[in-house]
Amino acid sequence: MSLLNVTNLGKAYRTYASEFQRIATWFYLPSKPSEEHWVLKDINFSIEPGEAIGIVGQNGAGKSTLLKMITGTLQPTVGSIHVGGRIAAILELGMGFNPELTGRQNVFHAAGLMGFTTAQIEGAMPDIEAFAEIGEYFDETVRTYSSGMQMRVAFAVATAFRPEILIVDEALSVGDSYFQHKSFERIREFQEQGTSLLIVSHDRGAIQKLCDRAILLEGGTVIKDGKPEEVMDYYNALISEKENATVTVQQLADGSVQTVSGTREATIESVSLHNQSGQVVEYVSVGDAVSLRVTAKVNEAIPELVIGYLIKDRLGQPVFGTNTHFMDCKIVNPVPGEAVEYRFNFDANLGVGSYSVAVALHADDNHVARNYEWRDLALVFNVVNSSKKEFVGLAWMQPTVEINR
Amino acid sequence: MYGMLRGLWSYRGFVLSSIRNEFVTRFARSRLGGLWMIVNPLAQVAIYALILSNVLAAKLPGITNTYGYAIYLMAGSLAWNLFSEIINRYLNLFIEHGNLMKKMSFPRITLPVIVVGSSLLNNALLLVAMLLVFALLGQMPSLLLLWLIPLTMAVVALGVGIGLILGVLNVFIRDVGQVVPILLQILFWFTPIVYPATIIPSYLRGTMDLNPMFSIVSAYHDVLVYAKAPDLGEIWLTATISVCLMIIGLFMFRRAAPEMVDAL
Repeated sequence: MSLLNVTNLGKAYRTYASEFQRIATWFYLPSKPSEEHWVLKDINFSIEPGEAIGIVGQNGAGKSTLLKMITGTLQPTVGSIHVGGRIAAILELGMGFNPELTGRQNVFHAAGLMGFTTAQIEGAMPDIEAFAEIGEYFDETVRTYSSGMQMRVAFAVATAFRPEILIVDEALSVGDSYFQHKSFERIREFQEQGTSLLIVSHDRGAIQKLCDRAILLEGGTVIKDGKPEEVMDYYNALISEKENATVTVQQLADGSVQTVSGTREATIESVSLHNQSGQVVEYVSVGDAVSLRVTAKVNEAIPELVIGYLIKDRLGQPVFGTNTHFMDCKIVNPVPGEAVEYRFNFDANLGVGSYSVAVALHADDNHVARNYEWRDLALVFNVVNSSKKEFVGLAWMQPTVEINR
Repeated sequence: MYGMLRGLWSYRGFVLSSIRNEFVTRFARSRLGGLWMIVNPLAQVAIYALILSNVLAAKLPGITNTYGYAIYLMAGSLAWNLFSEIINRYLNLFIEHGNLMKKMSFPRITLPVIVVGSSLLNNALLLVAMLLVFALLGQMPSLLLLWLIPLTMAVVALGVGIGLILGVLNVFIRDVGQVVPILLQILFWFTPIVYPATIIPSYLRGTMDLNPMFSIVSAYHDVLVYAKAPDLGEIWLTATISVCLMIIGLFMFRRAAPEMVDAL
C-alpha cells in the first residue's frame, strides 16, 4: 500500500467569456469555458513510506501546482490523489504569523491551522520552544523578531508533529548554518521513522544528498522518473537545450545512464585518463600524477570555445570542476574543422572510490547560454590506496602531526 | 455539508483562538484598545443625537423619556452595526486570506465562522455599553432583553447569507467590492435607524417592507425602546428569508471554493 498515489492527475485553469457563466456552473447550469489552460496533465506516480523524492523542473513546469494539489489547497480538474496520512509542508514558513502576537500565541495559531487541538498543541509546546532556541523572545511579539528568529519558530511548529509526508521547499536554506543543520537533522530523523519526503529544489547537491528518487516535470508532465543522478543529468541537459540541440540518453555497459546534449557546433571526440608514462589507466593510486586528455572538434564557426570538466563521486556529488574560462585560456574564434587536444594535468588527491568525469564544451563561464556538447559519465575511474596510510573521506590531505605532551 | 461541519468541529480550537487573537490584537499598541469598538458607534450615535434630536425627537410617539431619541438611535445601530460589520468583512474575506488559502490546507468554512464569532463578541460588548448608557438615561433593562437572542441570530443569518454571496462573487468580479459599500449606505438610510418609521410617507411603506432589515430594526426598537415584545409575524418572514439566503450563500461558497483558490 503506497503512502501517496497520484493517478492521471490533471489541472486546468478555465477562463469563461463572462464570469457569470462561471457562476452558472455552480448552479449546475450548462456553460462552456471559452478557454482551458492545462498546467498539468497525466501525472502518475506513487510514494512508499520512507522514500525521499526530489521534484525538479524549470520555472513554470508545474511543480508548485502539483505540490498544492498534494497538500490539498488546489483541487484537481481530473484524476485523483490518494493520501494515506498527514501531510505537512515547509513551503512558506511563517505563513499567517501575526506580528502583534507573541511567538507562543502564533505557535498556537499556526498549529491550529494545521489541524491540531488545543490539548495537542499544549503538549508539544515545550518541545517547540526548546527546538526554536530563541529564549525569552518566545513570549515577545513577533514584530520584534529578526527574520531568522521567525524562521526558527516557524520551522519548529511546522515540524512539531511527525507527518507521514513532508514537503520541503528549497527555500529551507534560510537561517544560520547552525539551525540549518539542526533542521536537516530533524528531517532525516523523520525519514528514519518512516516519513516520506517530497523535496522541491534546483540544487543538484541537495537533491542527490537527500533523495533516492527524482521526478522531472516539464511542460506539465512527468518526463523522467528515476535515480536522482540520472534525472539531474537529464535536467541539466534540458536547461541548456536550444532550438537545434539534441539530448540523447544511452544505457552504458554497467547499467548507468549517460546523457549527452548540445548543439554539436563543437563535439567531444575522445576523453581519456593517462598516467605519468602516458598509458591509459582506469585505476589510479591516491596522489598519483595523472592527465585527463580531451580531444574536441570544432564543426562550425563559433565565437569561442571553452572546455570544462567536473569530477563527481559515486553519488554524483561534485568533487572538483573547472574550465578554461576560469583558467584564462579559452580559444577565441576557432577555425571550423580544427581539432584541439587538451591535457589537464593534476594529482589525484582523492579518497578511495569510484569517480566519474563529465566534460562540456561551451562558451562563457557556464554551459547554460551556449552549450556545444555536454557529456555526463564521459569517463569513469577508480582510486585505490596502494602507497598511502589508511584514511577516509573524499579528499587526500595528508597532514603532518605535532604532538605536544 | 456534513464534511464542512466535521471540519469545523475538528478546528474548533483554532476558531476560538482566532477569535481571541483578533480581540487581543485590537488591544495591541493602543491605549484604549478594544474600547474603540464601543467608542466608535457610540460617538456616531452622539453625533446624530446632537444634530437631529430637535428635528426628530418630537416625532417619536409613545416615548416619555427626554433622551428617547438617543435610546432609539442606539437600539437601531446595535442591529445595523452587526449587520454591516459581517457584510463588510465577508466582502473581502477571501481576497484578504487568498495567500493563506493557496498555501495551507484547512477547512475554509472556519474563515467566515471566525468573523461571525468576532462580530458577535464586539456586538455583545456594544450591548453591554449601551445598557449602561440606557441605565444612566433612566431606561432600566428588563427580561424583554432575552428577545435580543433570536433577533441577533436573525441579523447574523441575514448578514452571513448576503455577505457570503457577495464575498464569493467579489473573488471573481471585483466590482462587487466597490459597489457594495455604496449599496450598504443606501440601505442604511432606507432603514429607520436615524428617523422614526412613522415619518415615512405611506406610498413608500410598501417599498420599505422589502428591506429585510426594516422588520429586524423595528423589532430591536420594540424591545429596547418601547419595552414590548416584537411583532412576530414580520420577524418570522424575515428570519425565513435570512435562513434561505444563508443556505444559498453556503451552497455557493461550497461550490465555488475549489475555483476560488484558482482565481485568487
